[in-house]
Amino acid sequence: MGILEVKNVGKRFGGLQALGDVNLSVKENTVHAIIGPNGAGKSTLLNCLVGKLIPDTGSVMFDGQSVLGRKPFEINQMGISRVFQTPEIFGDLSVLENMMIPCFAKRDGAFSLNAISSVPAQKDVLEKAEAMLEEMNMADKRHMHSASLSRGDKRRLEIGMCLSQEPRLLLLDEPTAGMARADTNNTIDLLKEIKEQRDITIAIIEHDMHVVFSLADRITVLAQGTPLVEDDPQNIRGNPKVREAYLGESA
Amino acid sequence: MFGLDNKDTRMLIIVAVLTLFAPFILNPFPTGSAMAQFNAGYPDLMQRFVIFGIFAIGFNILFGLTGYLSFGHAAFLGVGSYSAVWMFKLLSMNVVPAILLSVAISGLFALLIGFVSLRRSGIYFSILTLAFAQMSFNLAYSVLTPITNGETGLQLTLDDPRILGVSATADGSIPVTSLFGLEMRSTFEMVVGPWAFQFNVGYYLCALVLLAAFYLSIRIFRSPFGMMLRAVKSNQQRMNYTGLNTKPYTLAAFVISGMYAGLAGGLMASMDPLAGAERMQWTASGEVVLMTILGGAGTLIGPVLGAGFIKYFENIFSKINDTVLHNWFAFMPDGLEDFVVFIVHPFIGKGWHLTLGIMFMLVVVFLPGGLVEGGQRIGKWVKGRKNKDDSTSATKTPAE
Repeated sequence: MGILEVKNVGKRFGGLQALGDVNLSVKENTVHAIIGPNGAGKSTLLNCLVGKLIPDTGSVMFDGQSVLGRKPFEINQMGISRVFQTPEIFGDLSVLENMMIPCFAKRDGAFSLNAISSVPAQKDVLEKAEAMLEEMNMADKRHMHSASLSRGDKRRLEIGMCLSQEPRLLLLDEPTAGMARADTNNTIDLLKEIKEQRDITIAIIEHDMHVVFSLADRITVLAQGTPLVEDDPQNIRGNPKVREAYLGESA
Repeated sequence: MFGLDNKDTRMLIIVAVLTLFAPFILNPFPTGSAMAQFNAGYPDLMQRFVIFGIFAIGFNILFGLTGYLSFGHAAFLGVGSYSAVWMFKLLSMNVVPAILLSVAISGLFALLIGFVSLRRSGIYFSILTLAFAQMSFNLAYSVLTPITNGETGLQLTLDDPRILGVSATADGSIPVTSLFGLEMRSTFEMVVGPWAFQFNVGYYLCALVLLAAFYLSIRIFRSPFGMMLRAVKSNQQRMNYTGLNTKPYTLAAFVISGMYAGLAGGLMASMDPLAGAERMQWTASGEVVLMTILGGAGTLIGPVLGAGFIKYFENIFSKINDTVLHNWFAFMPDGLEDFVVFIVHPFIGKGWHLTLGIMFMLVVVFLPGGLVEGGQRIGKWVKGRKNKDDSTSATKTPAE
């Protein structure tokens, strides 16, 4: 029984069957990659997990509880954090403030009318945010305007923000899309470090096979809205079905 | 001090000094001199400065922090005024219960309007608030005449019950608003040489309320709640995926700013106990938007500056007429004098909106951060010059 259990999930947009009949089980403390060609339904599946979309059929269970019908912020409070394809951070706020917000969300919940006490007086949150910035090697940038960070640093910050919530499941949507090789490698190293040092399950959607094979413990290949195979990385490499899905019949 | 850091304390002290010494600061020209018409130190106008300052501070909590542009805030101001006048009619002429009721009622009203309007964001939110405000205006103007007295406006009469007060004074007139017996209209005049400074009880009550409102807004800006509101403005998507529910945050900000507007409305009625529907009209809502943007949206002191600026121009420029202009330009040859007056004429008197419009345009184009940005630029320029002087003198020293 995995921490995330997706059973018979289907989603249709008008005439397009985006997801057919998806079954997926993500084991605790593993890195599970979901790969597939463009239009395979990877992003649709991810959106069904975080509450952005509600599937037409099937069930999504996280740690024994259904996530269907819950709002994104409720699902996040259950312990699922999401990293976006283009880094979503608070561009108008400083790096330190960006890191404090998830710490507040963890401590005070979805809403708290803490309107009179001052931010610097929240020592516990401040310490936690500083420690996380230290861990992400971004402590020297703490007072920078986060919109002016480089793409790689924005990604680091976003991952750090997600980690500071101590999630049990981290969802990554093409975390290295549009990155230079050096930034991609940095991100891979960071994710490896996270995997080794934390009790965390990671589900990752990725195009870049280099990233997938350096991180994943388990890989699911999606094609045309249905899982084609689920196997260990070494078996996926040589699988003819996978080659066919990616390269077409003639290959 | 008061749980604020040094910079904020300094700002609070500056605002305190400006408001408490306003009767001096706004009256720089001797009475009877040619420049006396630029004096703004009379009670009526000073009260309006601080009341609209409170209104704009509250508006800035919503617009400056969350970025939600409400185009219907005058509705809360109007509701506050009507509530206060009803309190004067039914209970007593004491301003405290009147102001408390106006804050409470406008808060409830904001909760209702905010709950519906905040289902949308951006332009749709603005349009919804505008629609609600116009509905309120029309209700007050015609449908709810028993409560609002329609187009005449709600006024005090001699046969109001006033349970804790008197319906009429001994000499048969309507009693005046007061704070536990201290009459709002009573004014002490201090004559120093050619100057006459006026100290009005009502103004000082408004000024103290402004200081409290300003202090509270600093606390909100610097609190975790204020940080969340800025996060709402910055990225709602990230908020939602960080386990934060944006809706109660925006609704709380909307209600707080509605209560500020109600407070301003209540004070307005306390200074002059009548309330009319025109206070709720969309032009009044637009005015507070102008004040906030002109002063600097999202800054602490900006809205206060913007409110003072606009109210000053409204009252001073609109009073200049052609006779005054002819006096000013009397030194010119006749034909030229008439020509200059002809050119300036559209910008003064009833045309003061034209002057305001030009100023607003200039500020938005050249100083997007409002008057506050202007101040900061001047500050930087002065500092830059100083540093330059220092560095040139420093490079000189080794040469000598």
